[in-house]
Amino acid sequence: MKRIDQLISSLSVRRILRITNVRILAQLFFFSIFLFSVWATWTSRLGGYPVSRILEIDPLVMISTMLSTGYVYRYLGWGLLILGVTLLFGRVFCNWVCPYGSLHQFVGWLFNIGRARDRIDENRYRSIYFLKYAILVVLLILAFMGALQIGLLDPICLMYRSFATVVAPATDMVIDTVSLKANNLELDTLWLDSLKFGPGTARRVFVGSFWIGLFIFGLVSANLLIPRFFCRVLCPLGALLGVISRFSLFRINRDVHKCTDCNLCLTRCEGAADPQGAVRLSECFSCMNCIDDCPEDALSFSLVRLDTKQVIPAPSMSRRKLMFASVLGLATYPFIKNHGVNTDENFSGALIRPPGSVEESEFLSKCIKCDQCINACPTNVLQPATLQEAGIEGLWTPVMNFNIGHCQLKCTLCSEVCPTGAIRKITVEEKLGKGSFEEQGPIRLGTAFYDTGRCLPHAMEIPCVVCEEVCPVSPKAIQTKDVEIKNVFEEIVVLNKPFIVPDLCIGCGICQTECPVKDERAVYVTAIGESRSRERRLLLRTREVG
Amino acid sequence: MKKSKSIQHPEYEKTPMSRRVFIRRIATAGGLGGAATYVATAPEDWPLSMKDRTGLRSVPLVTPLRLRDYRVERPSQAVDIGLGRQGDTAEKLRRALDAIGGLTHYIKPDDIVLVKPNVAFDRSPNLGATSNPELLEILIRMLLVDCRAQEVRVADNPIESPADCFAKSGIRYASEKAGGRIYLPDSNAFKMLQTPGAELIGQWWFFHRPFTNVDKVIGLAPVKDHNLCGASIGMKNWYGLLGGTRNQFHQDIHAIVSDLTLMMKPTLTIVDGTHVLMQNGPTGGDPSNVKAGNAVLASVDPVAVDAWAYEHLLERGRDYPEYMFKAEAKGSGSINWEGRVREITG
Repeated sequence: MKRIDQLISSLSVRRILRITNVRILAQLFFFSIFLFSVWATWTSRLGGYPVSRILEIDPLVMISTMLSTGYVYRYLGWGLLILGVTLLFGRVFCNWVCPYGSLHQFVGWLFNIGRARDRIDENRYRSIYFLKYAILVVLLILAFMGALQIGLLDPICLMYRSFATVVAPATDMVIDTVSLKANNLELDTLWLDSLKFGPGTARRVFVGSFWIGLFIFGLVSANLLIPRFFCRVLCPLGALLGVISRFSLFRINRDVHKCTDCNLCLTRCEGAADPQGAVRLSECFSCMNCIDDCPEDALSFSLVRLDTKQVIPAPSMSRRKLMFASVLGLATYPFIKNHGVNTDENFSGALIRPPGSVEESEFLSKCIKCDQCINACPTNVLQPATLQEAGIEGLWTPVMNFNIGHCQLKCTLCSEVCPTGAIRKITVEEKLGKGSFEEQGPIRLGTAFYDTGRCLPHAMEIPCVVCEEVCPVSPKAIQTKDVEIKNVFEEIVVLNKPFIVPDLCIGCGICQTECPVKDERAVYVTAIGESRSRERRLLLRTREVG
Repeated sequence: MKKSKSIQHPEYEKTPMSRRVFIRRIATAGGLGGAATYVATAPEDWPLSMKDRTGLRSVPLVTPLRLRDYRVERPSQAVDIGLGRQGDTAEKLRRALDAIGGLTHYIKPDDIVLVKPNVAFDRSPNLGATSNPELLEILIRMLLVDCRAQEVRVADNPIESPADCFAKSGIRYASEKAGGRIYLPDSNAFKMLQTPGAELIGQWWFFHRPFTNVDKVIGLAPVKDHNLCGASIGMKNWYGLLGGTRNQFHQDIHAIVSDLTLMMKPTLTIVDGTHVLMQNGPTGGDPSNVKAGNAVLASVDPVAVDAWAYEHLLERGRDYPEYMFKAEAKGSGSINWEGRVREITG
C-alpha cells in the first residue's frame, strides 16, 4: 500500500510540473526556434519567416547599435521585450531563452558530473566573474566611438555565426558523404538529397571557418574547468542584463528562519549567485534549481516580503575596475582603427561588400558579425572576412569571394535578413537601378579587370569568352574585339578578345567565378568603383550606351 | 573466505599463470602478427592481400556510364518537323506534335519521361533566357494525362544557384502544378559518362541521377542568341546535363555542341519559339532583347529543327553556325529542312 502511495506521489502533477521542468521545456522550445532560424534562412525555405528575429530580440544589439549610429534599425526595437522581461524576472533570458546558455548548460549536465560536495564548491561566486562587466564596458565604449565589436562575444551573434559557417556545412558534408556511400552501394538515396536536408548548395565552404569553430569549441569546452564559463565570466549580454536585474521585481529570496545552512542550494546553481548567503541579483539566472534543491523550502522566487538584508543587488565591480575598463575601451578604439586596412587610401581590393552595404566606416559601426547574410547567400559567395581583407576590426564581417560564387542579379536576400542595416534592405529594382532608381543607377560592388597575360584569347590564341557569355547585364559589360588569326599550328581561328566596359560593370563577379583559369583568374573583380562609397569610386561619369 | 595477505607478507600466495593461458596468449599474439604480416606483405594477386606495390591499386576505379538511345521511329505518314503557329500555346504545341505523329505515338503508358528545359539562369520567364514555364506545364499535363506516363521528371544543371533558377524562372512552380518531379543537381548527382565517337567529351561528368530507369527524353529548348556559337537552341540545350569544368567548353564550342548530339539521342526536341532572345544572349537581361516568336516546333531531327529556328525565329538567314554542320557530319541529323516541315493550320 505504501509503495503505491509513493508511486502515485512521484507521478503527481506537482512533481512533473515543477518549475525547473517548465524551464527545460522553454529552453528546448527556444533552442528549436534557433535551429529552425538557421535552417530556414535559405532561398528555397524563406517563406516569409522572420528568420532574424532571434538576433533582433537581443537588447545588446539594440543598445550598442544605438550608441554607434544614434538610431534603432528596423526590428531592433524587439530588444525592449527582453529588457522588460528582465525588469520583471531578472536574468531569465540567460537560462530560459538564450540558446547559447542552453548549450552550455547541456554540455555541463552531460560531462561535468561530480559529487555534490565538489559541485557546491564549483558553484560559489568567484571574483573573476566581474570580468564580463569590464568586457561590456569596453565593448559599449568602442561602440560609442564607432567601432562595433559586440559581435565577437555576444552569445546570439557568436552562436549564429558558428552554426551558419561551421555546424551547418558540417551537417551538409556528413549527409553528402553518407549519401555518396549509399549511392555506391546502388541504393536509392533521393531521401538523402543534401539540397533537401542540409541548408546548403552542393558543398558550401567558408573561408576561415576553422577559427570560428575553434572559438566556439574552446568556449564550450571551458565548461569543464568552470561550469557555465562563458556565461559567468565573458558574456557581455549577461552583464548587461545583470546590471538591469538589480531593479527586477521578482527575485530569489531566502527565508533565514527556515534555512539550515546546508548549502545544498549550490549543487546546481547555474549562475554562481550565492543563494546560500546574500543572493547576488546580477549573477542569478533565475534557473530555479536552488528552489528545487532546498530541503527546507527556505527559498522562493517572489515579489513580496523580500529579505532586504540577504541580497547584493549590484554587480561586484569596484570603481577602480570600472575606470580601468573605460580607459581600456577608449584606448582600444584607436588601437584597432590605426591598423590601417580600412582606410580609403589603403583598403584591400578583396574587401567587396554585399549589395546594399552602407559606406565602409558606417558598415563597421553596424555589422555585428552574426553572419546571417552569409547563411542566406544562395551562391556561397559571401564569406566571413579574414584579417587580411578586413583587419581586426572587420574580422568575420561579410565579404564576397568571387572564386567561390557570384552575386546573383535578382537576389537581395542578404539585405533582407540583415538585422542591423549594415546591409540596408534594398529591392531588386534598387539593386539593378530600374524604375524609380533609374537616375541613381545600379548598385556596383566593384569593377572587373583582365589579366591579359593569363586570358586564353589574349595570351594564348585560344578561343574562350565564357566571361562574356555569362555577363548578366544588358547590354553586356564585357564586349569583345573579334580578330581572325592564323595560330602557331597554321589554323585559322577567330579570337573574341574580351574587354571591360566599366560604365556597365556592376561587379557581380560571375565572370571571375566562371573563368576557366581557375587558380589566379584571368578576369577578376576588385572593390574599386563600388557605388556605396564616394571615395572609392573610379569613373568621373558613366557614359550612356545604346 | 580466506583473507588475502598483503604482498609484503612472507606468506603472500602467488597465483602464477597456467600453462593453458600461456599457450593461448602465445597463439593469439602469433596469429594476429601472422595475419597482419600476410595481409600487408603477401603478393597483390593472393587472396585478401592488401599490398599495393605501385600505389595504383588505391586509385578509385571509375566505371563510366553509357546512355541509351531514346529515339522512336516516326510514323511513315508523318514528317520530321512539326510547326504550330495558331491558337494559344497549348494549341500550338498540339499542332506541332500532331504533324510528327502525335505525342502518344512517342510516349507509351507507364513510360518514365525526362523533360530537359533550359533553366541556366536566375531570370524571370519574360526575359527569354529560360524555357517558357507555360509550355512546360502543358507538356507535362499531356504526358501524364494523354500519354499516361508513369512519371515526368524535370532536370537541369543551371549556371547559377539551382534552387533560385528553378524558382524564379517559374519552372519549379509550373512543374509542381502539373505533377512533374524536379531533380536538382547536388554534388553526388554526377557520374562519368562515356560517349563513343565524341571528339572532346568522350568521358565527362554527367547529371545521371534523374536518368535512372528513364524510358524517353524530351528536350524543351528556348531560342536564344549566343555570342560565341551564334545560337543556343535544341542541341546546345543538352549542355545543361553536364557537370565538371564546363567552362573549358568555350575553347571549342562547335565541337562540343556537335558532341552533345552524339551523347544524347532524344525522343523529341521541342523548340519553344514563344519568346525569342534576339540579342545579348545567352543571358539576355532586358525585355527589349526579346521578340515574341509565336511558334512551337516539335522534331525527331535535332539538327534540322535548330536550322529552321535559326533561319526563321532568330532571322539569321542560312549562314548556319559551324556546329550544325559538324553535327550533320557526325550523323546526328541533316540541316536541310526543306520538305520536312509541316504546319497544321485551320
